[in-house]
Formats: sequence, C-alpha cells, structure tokens
Amino acid sequence: MNSLSMVALRTIWIKECTRFLRIWVQTLLPPAITMSLYFVIFGNLIGSRIGDMGGFSYMEFIVPGLIMMSVITNAYANVSSSFYSAKYQRNVEELLVAPVSNWIIIAGYVGGGVARGMLVGVIVTLVSLIFVDVHIHSLTLILVTLFLTAVLFSTAGLINGIYANTFDDVSIVPTFILTPLTYLGGVFYSLSLLPEFWQWVSKINPIVYMVNGFRYGFLGVSDMSHYISLGILVIFNIVLLGFAYSLIKRGVGIRS
Amino acid sequence: MNALNIKGLTKTYKGGTKALQGVDLEVKQGDFFALLGPNGAGKSTTIGIISSLVNKTDGTVDVFEYSLSEQPVQAKSCIGLVPQEFNFNQFETLTQILLNQAGYYGVPRHLAKPRAEKYLKQLDLWEKRNSPSRQLSGGMKRRLMIARALMHEPRMLILDEPTAGVDIEIRRSMWAFLKEINEQGVTIILTTHYLEEAEMLCRNIAIIDKGKIVQNTSMKALLATLNIETFVLDLSKNVSSLSIEGFQSRLTAERTLEVDVPKETSLNNVFEQLTNQDIEVLSMRNKSNRLEELFVRLVESGRAEQKSIDQVDATTQGANS
Repeated sequence: MNSLSMVALRTIWIKECTRFLRIWVQTLLPPAITMSLYFVIFGNLIGSRIGDMGGFSYMEFIVPGLIMMSVITNAYANVSSSFYSAKYQRNVEELLVAPVSNWIIIAGYVGGGVARGMLVGVIVTLVSLIFVDVHIHSLTLILVTLFLTAVLFSTAGLINGIYANTFDDVSIVPTFILTPLTYLGGVFYSLSLLPEFWQWVSKINPIVYMVNGFRYGFLGVSDMSHYISLGILVIFNIVLLGFAYSLIKRGVGIRS
Repeated sequence: MNALNIKGLTKTYKGGTKALQGVDLEVKQGDFFALLGPNGAGKSTTIGIISSLVNKTDGTVDVFEYSLSEQPVQAKSCIGLVPQEFNFNQFETLTQILLNQAGYYGVPRHLAKPRAEKYLKQLDLWEKRNSPSRQLSGGMKRRLMIARALMHEPRMLILDEPTAGVDIEIRRSMWAFLKEINEQGVTIILTTHYLEEAEMLCRNIAIIDKGKIVQNTSMKALLATLNIETFVLDLSKNVSSLSIEGFQSRLTAERTLEVDVPKETSLNNVFEQLTNQDIEVLSMRNKSNRLEELFVRLVESGRAEQKSIDQVDATTQGANS
C-alpha cells in the first residue's frame, strides 16, 4: 500500500472513530446499560433458578453470547448509520472525487465499525466482571472470533448503508433480521436444549457459529467445533467483502 | 497543454434521459473558462463525470493528459471540486473538514494543518475554525467549499455555481480570490447563472444546451458578435412622442427612452438630437448584460434550429407512412 493510500485510510478511520467517540452517549453507554440489565435479570434473577448449563452457571454461560451480541449490533449500526449519513449529507462525494481506492473506502468504514464493536466488547466484558468471574479458555480464539465477527457485521452494515434510501432502511435490517437471528443464535441457551429439527434449523443461522466459537474461547465448551465456526466466519467475510467491493465499484447508491 | 480534454462524451440516465449527446471540449492550462447553459442543459452532468460523481456512458476525459478511466489517481489528484450543493458533514468543524479532505488526497497532517490555516484565513473563516459547519451562513458555507477544494493544491479548480445565493459583497471578494489563484496558475472552470460573473472573470467560454456544445470560443470573440446594444436613457421631462433619426428607439415610459445602437456607432448623435429637442439625459445604462443577450440568442436559435429539424423529420415520416 502506498503512502497516499495509508494517509487516506488513516484519515477515514480516525474520522469514523472520532464520530462514535463524539456521540459516546448514543454509542458506548447504551450497550453497557443494556448488558447490565441482561446480567441482572437473566443472569442473576432468572439464571439462579435455571441452574447449570454446559457445566457452567447460567450467568457464566450467557456472558460470551451477550458480549458477542453487543459487538454484532454495534459494529453493524456504526457503519450502516455512518455510511448512510454520509450519503444523506452528500459528504460521501468527498471520497468519490478524491483519488481514494474502493478498498480503502471499505477498509476505512469497516475499520471504524470494528473499532466500535471491539471497544463495546471490552466495555461489556468489564461490566460482566461486576457480576461474574470470566473464564478464559483461549484468548487467541476470543480475539480472532471477535475481530472476524466485527469485520463481518461492519461489512454487512456497509452494504445496508449503500442500499439504504431512507433512515428507515437503516433500521429495518437490525430490527427484523439481525435481532431475531441474534436472539435465536444460542446467546441464552445451548442448542442441545432444542428438539432435533430446530437444532438443524438453528445451524442455518450464521450467528450460532459465531456465538459458539466465542463461547468456546471463554469456556472451552461449544455446540459445534470452533474450527467450523472460524471457517464459517472466514467464508462469510470473503463473500460480503467481495460483494461490498462490487457495489462500491459500480457506484450503486452513490453514483448516478 | 490542455488542462481538460473531453471527446465524444455521452450520458444516458437509467430512465432514458440523454443528458449529454457527444460533448467535445478543450480547456487550456491556466485558463479561466466558463461553461454556461440553461437549467438541465448538461453542465452539472459534465462536471459530475469529470469529478467522478457520475458514470459516463461513452467518451473520454483526460485531465492534464491523464486519462480519468486509465489513470484515475493521477487525474483525480489534479482536480479540485466546488459543487453546487453543500456536501460536507454538518457535524464536523471547519478544521476537521479541511484536514479530512487533505487526508483523502494523501496530504499528511503536518502539511495539511498550515494549509488549512492559510485558506481559512484567506477566505475569512478563521474565526469559525472550531465551529460545526452547520452553524455557518450560506456565504460562509460556499467559501468553506472553496477552501476544501484547495486543500490538496489542485492544478484545476471546477466551480459549479459557486456564488449562488451569495450577497454581492461576498461575491466580489470571492471573484477577487478566484482571480488571484488563477493568476497563480490554477486552471478554473466555472459554471454560473450570473452572466456578469462569467463576462468579468472568464477568458474562454462554452455554451451547452440539451447536452450539446452550441458555442465554444473566447469571451472577446463571442462578445464581438453582438451587433446591437440597447441603452436605457432616463430623461429630464415627460415626453409623449419622440423619434431619433438613424436609430431604432421607443418610449417605454414618459421619461424613459430605449435606443438600439449599432456596433461602432457614436452615441454623440443621439445626445445631439435630444439636446436639439431640449431634452436632457439624467442617466443611462445598458438594457441587459451583453453576454446575457448573446446567451439567450444562442440558446433560442439552437432550439429554433432543432425545432425545424424535428418538423422536417415529422413531415418526412408522415410522407413515408
């Protein structure tokens, strides 16, 4: 990568990070509060009556999934809203006029989403420490899964932002697709509790693999092999990044 | 060397609208060039293609001999764009906007900071450097877009109606600034609806209508084609009828006289005849801007020509059917 591209990439990335840090009350505080409520209600109050799951207390079991849920929603929301906002205010034109390559535009925006996703992940982990001792089975696997998931959902958010024509379009996907998939992605339960048919259906949901891979990094237990989880993440990342590149190259939603 | 070389540029939008129908245009390095045309003529589409905001259908665009399609990085680095609509982040401060812009062009921070200060001061925006851009007045926003376009020190500056909605005092200061950077060697391409602005600033001109260039010449040569100028004279007393020998004239009010004066004809004769009739002239002005008259004439004659071609086509088709 030449120095021009490096400067451009750093500029977009810093701009994106500055944006979510400037509005931290909207971006960083809510996940901390929401997750505290999850820990109190599901972990403490209800969890204490559920008993063990996968050999761990219910609170310990849901912590990785809740962290992952925050990372997914925040990485996605950061890029979809920021890119759509740049389209809405037309300042995306600054990038289109400048000699910035399509990959740099993608890397800058996705990098911003990854930064917010991972920062929120750290915040939620810190919050969880108030309620439970966090086990760490493999820090490398935790970080790799966290990073790949943040990249994947940042890219998905970018694609949403590219296609969005209204602010409603930015909120439709998280509300009607992302949230149900996350809740049904094994955050709050082990797939082994489901009847066989619904276990099979659940395995169509890519978030199941991410939550389980991440949980394996913390607890060393999972409903499936963490290699499959990583493989799924890599494949989804390649497909979505390629798709985002083709959209930006063709100017979909940004060039007439 | 040409700063801009456009050949056979066409653009057909998805709905089938043909915005450009084979535009050829050359702009010399260092020129102050006006691209004029009525609304919907294709000016903004042309500028959009040059600045990579609009995908062309066909044709070539070279910027300082760099092909926009083949060498986009080099070509884009030569261009600074001041668009018609405000297109900066409303929540970022002026300094952030300028530093980001420099970053997109690969200008490192240590060079970008003094440059931002220079342009903010030159364009009288320094006091507002830490304010979010949404707090600026319309004139300030226009000047911010000029400062932003200059952050990577482009060799060619394209301004799409830069003074729209700006008061005359700010407009004049912007003209002076643009003249200054043109004198420093920056090629400027300007579109405007204020024809007085184009006449005063630009050396060469192209007029586009319905996606075609209908005139492309020097400003001097274009203005020289104007054979008659109309002057409006305010008279000292009421006059019910008045004729001036050798001139077409008419009274538009009891004390207002319009006189058509052919090119290179002395006005003294008009004054002499009025003096002989004991009529004093209190003040005098051009009826309209000279370029405006030419512009309207060119666009109207182009449309009349097109209409007659269409009629011939329709008649031929009718005869054949």
